[in-house]
Amino acid sequence: MSAQSNSHWDRRTLLRAAAGLAVAAPLAACGSNNGRGGGGSGKQLQQYFHAYGEAGVEQAVKRYAKAYSKAGVSTQWITGADYETKLFAALLTQQAPDVFEFHPQIQLVKSGQVADLTDIIEPVKDDFNPADIASHSYDGKIYGVRMIDDPQFLFYRKSMLQKANVAVPTTLEELIEAAAKLTTPKVKGLFLGNDLHAVEAPLIWSAGAETLTAKNEIGYHTDGVVEGLRQLRKLFTSGSLLLDAPADFWDPSAISQGLCAIQFCGMWAMPVMQQALGDDLGVLPFPKVGSKGRPSVYNGGWSMFVNAKGGDVDAAKEYVKWLWIDQKQYQEDFATSYGFHIPPRTSIAARADKLKSGLPAEGVKLFNTYGHFDNIGWTQAMWSAWDSVIADCVRKGGDPEAALDKADRTVGRELKKLFG
Amino acid sequence: MSTTTTRGIARSAPAGPAKARPRQGLGANRTLNFWLFTGPFLIGLVIFVFVPIVWSVWLSFYDARFTVTPSHFVGLDNYRHMLSNSDFTGSLVTFTVFAAFIVPTTWALALGLALLVHRLRLLRAFFRSVFFLPTACSYVAAALIWKMSLFNGVRFGLANTVVGWFGVDNIAWVSNPSPPWYWLVVVTVRLWLQSGFYMILFLAALQNIPGELYEAAAIDGARRGWQTFRYITLPQLRATSTAVILLLLIAAYQAFDEFYNLITTRATWGQTPLMVLYKTALGASQDYGSGSAGAVILTLLICVVTLFQGRIMGFGRGEEST
Repeated sequence: MSAQSNSHWDRRTLLRAAAGLAVAAPLAACGSNNGRGGGGSGKQLQQYFHAYGEAGVEQAVKRYAKAYSKAGVSTQWITGADYETKLFAALLTQQAPDVFEFHPQIQLVKSGQVADLTDIIEPVKDDFNPADIASHSYDGKIYGVRMIDDPQFLFYRKSMLQKANVAVPTTLEELIEAAAKLTTPKVKGLFLGNDLHAVEAPLIWSAGAETLTAKNEIGYHTDGVVEGLRQLRKLFTSGSLLLDAPADFWDPSAISQGLCAIQFCGMWAMPVMQQALGDDLGVLPFPKVGSKGRPSVYNGGWSMFVNAKGGDVDAAKEYVKWLWIDQKQYQEDFATSYGFHIPPRTSIAARADKLKSGLPAEGVKLFNTYGHFDNIGWTQAMWSAWDSVIADCVRKGGDPEAALDKADRTVGRELKKLFG
Repeated sequence: MSTTTTRGIARSAPAGPAKARPRQGLGANRTLNFWLFTGPFLIGLVIFVFVPIVWSVWLSFYDARFTVTPSHFVGLDNYRHMLSNSDFTGSLVTFTVFAAFIVPTTWALALGLALLVHRLRLLRAFFRSVFFLPTACSYVAAALIWKMSLFNGVRFGLANTVVGWFGVDNIAWVSNPSPPWYWLVVVTVRLWLQSGFYMILFLAALQNIPGELYEAAAIDGARRGWQTFRYITLPQLRATSTAVILLLLIAAYQAFDEFYNLITTRATWGQTPLMVLYKTALGASQDYGSGSAGAVILTLLICVVTLFQGRIMGFGRGEEST
């Protein structure tokens, strides 16, 4: 094409483009749906959820949101294993969610990212599990509404233990021996997740230690924990631990597909496991480590928080109050209709019939007997430091003392920044 | 804007002569057109490249935790922290090892494929496409396939099935760093993904080598095969080779996707520089100050290495001087 015909083409296109822009600009202005109001149809809120593995949860969350009449609520369903990374990054931007689910962690409070929810929780405070209130409180204020409690423990195939003539293990050493006896060419004895991060806290508690002491000082660096790390290393190299499974610990497929005899998982996966294995299923806490230890269960879970820097904090709080405080039928549906979770509200837990008999009831018993809740002072950076401990001494075979010393430096730096 | 007369001429005149015609009064239009066409791109470049770079440099001097608009100036503290951070310095070693694996293997494989496809008489376009196709696949998707089906640790994983034929026990390819099988996984995935692209570059260069050179060599008694390849083909490909190696090095420096998905940030080995920066700035500690300082250090390093490599291999001097 010649230069001249080019400029001719330019002019016509330019005119057309200009006209197009003139038409499109106002349209674009009212069409922007960033979940931040301006839609003309009342308030708009955006909520973040990590992707639950159980079928139907996403639809349920969207159904609850749709039923809310005072604001339009859009849901971001964050898939992938790095929910916290996406959440933390989004919280710094204009596109941050108004409400989001996460775990209680003090850096969110200290950096002013989560709003004080004391006023909406206070009237029903007595109906909540006191431990859930404590784990969300700092300086007398409550920062999140617990939605579900998720105890994590070991699931085992009764028939396989019987066949191998193995008793239910009560110590980590016995668990390691059992794993060895249960291992066959086709089935591995034990699955603790591909990178073992899920058993970090249970290992600390089962060794009789704490992540942080009551004074917010390092509590995990004890001889018992060092001993536990040594034993885990032995297990890691024994050949009886399932590694690099296609799905991680939170997914029930390793045990339900017969890849392992014992799996560390959460109560959420119990319905799927029961469906696959029927009665051939038992549960046990993470066994004690060393003589001073005691069995432990990690009472994880998810809570709803309000972004303190969001566009309309009051509207967001109102929505959280409506769904996670007032709407008990939704809360019960969320806790028991998909995966199994323990409702943090006593009144709802009392009527959750599905959790009252059989294996679910045993799970609830473990939760009540051996459970440890989140410590608000134990932050994501500290979890991450412990990922490195497991990587350095259990997976790589380094010295546990050196790995813990390295974690002490990271955790110490965090504690100093948080508590002075 | 052009006048109506140019329009008339453009219609009647063929393209060739019209180009030669002197154009008056078009200077201003040219400037306008220049900005009109490059404007959107330049605006994007400024907003998405220059502003973040400047912002990042600014952040690197501040205590920026959980914020990107900090107020507490800390001078060179973040730089000190990053340079004494064993994770960050270790990541430079990881990168070097990775580059030492991936650059020569991709170079050799891409060249090998190009030579094979170049000699084909039949189905050349077909094979060219087949080898190029993996380039279109996303790194994340490929990494997940490698992790979950080819190199998973259970007995029915492809790699474990193959080693099983030789009586070898199941291997945890990624979880267990001793022996470091994870290198095999990350190197093969990238090899599969990028070789086809560099093959195309070599293929183009091969087609540009004049046939007379080979004829002259044959007359001078050069044997076909290795001798011709060593003394004719390879020297003729020097400029392309240099460019390919430079591109491969830069790509290796930027390695993130497959490491992040295969090895994950929970490990302490196999962490590339970008992963460490990601973990520092966007991960658990949300330390944008230190993350930015690391990014600045990395940028400087890339500049130095690129200049140094240009010196040694003569990239940019053109083929004549080689």
